[in-house]
Amino acid sequence: MMQEQKTSMHFQGRAHKVGDHVDTDAIIPARYLVTTDPLELGRHCMSGLKQDWIKRINRGDILVGGKNFGCGSSREHAPIAILGAGISVVIAHSFARIFYRNGFNMGLVLLEVGDRVKAINSLDQLEVRALDGEIINHSTGETIRSLPVPEFMANILARGGLINYVREKVG
Amino acid sequence: MGKNLAEKILQRHSPEILRGPGQIIPCRVSLVLANDITAPLSIDSFRKMGAKKVFDPGKIALVCDHFTPNKDIASAEQVKKVRLFAREMGITHYYEGGTSGVEHALLPELGLVGPGDIVVGADSHTCTYGGLGAFATGMGSTDIAAAMALGETWFKVPESIKVRITGELGPYITAKDLILNLIGRIKVDGALYKALEFSGPVLDRLDAEARMTMANMAIEAGAKAGLFPVDVITLDYCRTHGRNDLNTLQPDHDAAYCLLMDMDVSGMPPQVACPHLPDNVKAVDELKEIRVDQVVLGSCTNGRISDLRQAAQIIREHKVDKGVRFIVLPATPKIYAQALEEGLLEIFMRAGAIIGPPTCGPCLGGHMGILAGGEKCLATTNRNFKGRMGSLDSEVYLGSPYVAAATAVAGRIIHPERI
Ligand code: SF4
Repeated sequence: MMQEQKTSMHFQGRAHKVGDHVDTDAIIPARYLVTTDPLELGRHCMSGLKQDWIKRINRGDILVGGKNFGCGSSREHAPIAILGAGISVVIAHSFARIFYRNGFNMGLVLLEVGDRVKAINSLDQLEVRALDGEIINHSTGETIRSLPVPEFMANILARGGLINYVREKVG
Repeated sequence: MGKNLAEKILQRHSPEILRGPGQIIPCRVSLVLANDITAPLSIDSFRKMGAKKVFDPGKIALVCDHFTPNKDIASAEQVKKVRLFAREMGITHYYEGGTSGVEHALLPELGLVGPGDIVVGADSHTCTYGGLGAFATGMGSTDIAAAMALGETWFKVPESIKVRITGELGPYITAKDLILNLIGRIKVDGALYKALEFSGPVLDRLDAEARMTMANMAIEAGAKAGLFPVDVITLDYCRTHGRNDLNTLQPDHDAAYCLLMDMDVSGMPPQVACPHLPDNVKAVDELKEIRVDQVVLGSCTNGRISDLRQAAQIIREHKVDKGVRFIVLPATPKIYAQALEEGLLEIFMRAGAIIGPPTCGPCLGGHMGILAGGEKCLATTNRNFKGRMGSLDSEVYLGSPYVAAATAVAGRIIHPERI
């Protein structure tokens, strides 16, 4: 499932904003880490922030975070829960280091935009052209550019994620 | 231009010439770690990668410590999956049951990590081993699966912040207070994508366990690694834990840093991180009448023998306050046995504490001490995110073992000198 989502790299959806320093315990609390199933994890996405956060999400919606999104533990269950909730793109002021790497490995599209994140409001209609690093806010008419993705990581994405990348090496 | 500690260690393990921060380089790894929560995902990814065997069965550590002793059927199934994988791959360092403990206390004790090593772990507190001069960092399960298969990984060479610690440590001031104070100053993203490198005369007063306490919380400032130089203190520790490391490791005099910080510890009071972030740090006396329902002494930050000794020193001859559950979790079986021999466990028992097995347990809200709505806890752990130890309406405060023991006795967060 996760491998297919990134092939088009072109997304449309409604923005859902969260604050600064949203940690991985907020994204998926530890008590749910007794499974690796994306749909089951997705059902509890962001329940550490607000118990029924997931109820307001439709598949295809876009998550918009503040500073240091995904800080805390290394749990890969965090990007998996986001993907499992039907969210393919996260835009943030900045990302915590481990989460950033995990997101790419899992095929979650992450766009870092710094202070320009302020140009997005909750429920704005967004169009994301990930390959060009371009976010068009149809609700305000504004276009935001994201910071470039390191070339090495872009290569991993181009191969369809880290699993395929390693498969070529061990194969 | 000379090299800082992070650059020196990375260069040793990479075939590429290291030019400086921002460069992405491949590195051979010395040890790869995963636990009962993260290994199951690594195993899935490992299979999807088409890998048939691990790069070296002697250089992988699988430690079941989070939900163990298994708290329910689902966690037992996860451990079973890890156990079967370890067996299939012939992994030497598989730990479960009576041989297991909190991973970041266990591996140094077993001599599996040490100076100049590169350690990657599917656990964010892998950075603990920086206390022994290892470049050690947390990654996700799939990165760890790749490292298990290939014996290598990639790193972006980080910029480094040099923290020079000077002054005189006061009574009851521990490594935990120093690192909380630093995080309070630079904030939870103050070292994002960077390495923290510690230096200065106070290092001579910090033993290897204290250094690991500090390196452990580097991630709480967003850092990729927290590094201590390798000196006689490190080498002594390694020798008594079965390693024969011989060489010290210091940064070059002309090494480059993105930031130089001075930290004078003279007169520093005990520090407490208040809800709900580790950077919400206050001096203990600034907290007025914070009553607690629970105190936890344990974890990869402060569950070592020196921590238990400090807490026992305070609580000896006292009783745990009636309204408080004081939970003591020695971090490994060896620490447990040593605490037993030294009479520390008896001191805790007589005071009215609950002594549990070596496990992460309540630190991550797993089991063995979960908080109800409205409850407050003072813990020696490393994270106080909202809901980390239970209900979204509970609160966690972080402090040293001295402050923890004092708080257990008083029933409220208090300076240890007042006991
Ligand atoms: S003790 Fe806490 S922080 Fe340390 S490894 Fe266990 S859960 Fe993580």
